[in-house]
Amino acid sequence: MSRITHYFKSLLLIELFRGMALTIRYMFKPKYTVRYPMEHIPKSNRFRGLHALRRYANGEERCIACKLCEAVCPALAITIDSAPRESDGQRRTTRYDIDLFKCIFCGFCEESCPVDSIVETSIHEYHFEHRGENVVNKLQLLAIGDRFEKQIAADRTQDAAYR
Amino acid sequence: MIDQLINHLVWPIVYILCITIPLILAVAMFVYWERKVIGWMHVRMGPNKIGPFGLLQAFADVVKLLIKEVILPTTANRFLYYLAPLLTLVPALAAWAVVPFSSKMVLSNANAGVLYLLAMTSLGVYGIILAGWASNSRYALLGAMRSAAQVISYELAMGLCLVCVLVLAGSLNLTDIVNAQAGHKGLLDWFWLPLLPVFVIYFISGVAETNRAPFDVAEGESEIVAGFHVEYSGSAFAIFFLAEYANMILVSFLAAVLFMGGWLSPFQGIEKISWLAWAAWAAVPGFWWLLIKAFLFSFLFLWFRASFPRYRYDQIMRLGWKVFIPIAIVWVLVAGCLKYFGWVTIGTGV
Repeated sequence: MSRITHYFKSLLLIELFRGMALTIRYMFKPKYTVRYPMEHIPKSNRFRGLHALRRYANGEERCIACKLCEAVCPALAITIDSAPRESDGQRRTTRYDIDLFKCIFCGFCEESCPVDSIVETSIHEYHFEHRGENVVNKLQLLAIGDRFEKQIAADRTQDAAYR
Repeated sequence: MIDQLINHLVWPIVYILCITIPLILAVAMFVYWERKVIGWMHVRMGPNKIGPFGLLQAFADVVKLLIKEVILPTTANRFLYYLAPLLTLVPALAAWAVVPFSSKMVLSNANAGVLYLLAMTSLGVYGIILAGWASNSRYALLGAMRSAAQVISYELAMGLCLVCVLVLAGSLNLTDIVNAQAGHKGLLDWFWLPLLPVFVIYFISGVAETNRAPFDVAEGESEIVAGFHVEYSGSAFAIFFLAEYANMILVSFLAAVLFMGGWLSPFQGIEKISWLAWAAWAAVPGFWWLLIKAFLFSFLFLWFRASFPRYRYDQIMRLGWKVFIPIAIVWVLVAGCLKYFGWVTIGTGV
């Protein structure tokens, strides 16, 4: 008996019609596509994107050249040289390079930083046009930090309770 | 002399261009429509960047393919390698000669139209076999063998379906076949009703014969890369593509002509039932009815592709030989009985 019903079912193509009914229903559903350059989806405040070096409100750079980030970096993407600053003899970096091709955006540098200097911003739309531009130096990182300080600070305060 | 030249050379060429150029444009729009429909069914948007709603996407692809290099593999047979795409395209275009677009619009009102169609659709497989063999690649050869076996098996089932139509219509001429479906019961007069199982088998065989999903083992992207045309690039590949889509549109038109009354209106002969139906019947020229029907059938191709997973090769063969051919043979007898005992009305005319 079950065999006969099976024959009937397969000859009447019932399962195939059911599948087709499903696809035609989906055809008229609203689409999930995000038209990316024109539309954006919301981003988490914990998003780990392009790096930046921050400053204090008085304009003094935060970084004290402790080199914890360089030590913790699993991809060896950070290179730091340090020397006493000529004006007041404070220990500061003379070189702070991040190779963005090596970087795996794990966020360990940010977690290890005792003065919240190196951070990963939520910027993810950037590109390089020439070889070598993938290594960003201290000046560039500070400039990114200056430009996006408002956003960086907002993201950090929002997440402060969980750190 | 000049008159003869014009009558026998110039006008036929003009007619041929009148069919092939819209056909090629239709293929371009069909590719766009396919990507759109499958996108929608995947809850995506499909191409929407080039031109309004992405309408120019197909033309951008054509330009891209034409400016690409045609690569000849070192071990390939040069002559056959270049011959194969043409052997696929020419029958796909030539088959359109006998398709009647309306009661008067047909390039060649051949008496053996159906026979010619069968010949042309079967010729296409030589192009596929040659492409697979001449490119001297394992994947290509595998794809060609699969495709050849599949096309030949489904050719039988398709041929038997056509026999049923011929039995009822009593003619090999496609125009006569459509006229035989005219009557006073609207779309109930068409051959799909008495030949329903055969109609379904015909269309599924058509899908299999054009190597489309779910019977696209000849291409089988996940198994043999692209099958018989894996070594082809640029315009040679474009020609295979064109032939495949022209064949799909052809099968859709034939399904409309053979089973769905061709250019006949679905309200034929029942004008008096409602004023609206009468208006629809009178206002729309037959050509548009045929286009609408063919469009619906070609939509089915895309719908199948979005819905069904690919058949395994032995399942395809089993379906063709053990299911379709027996059912079609039985229905040849049924069609004979229908005709002999006069249970169907044939061509009462409008």
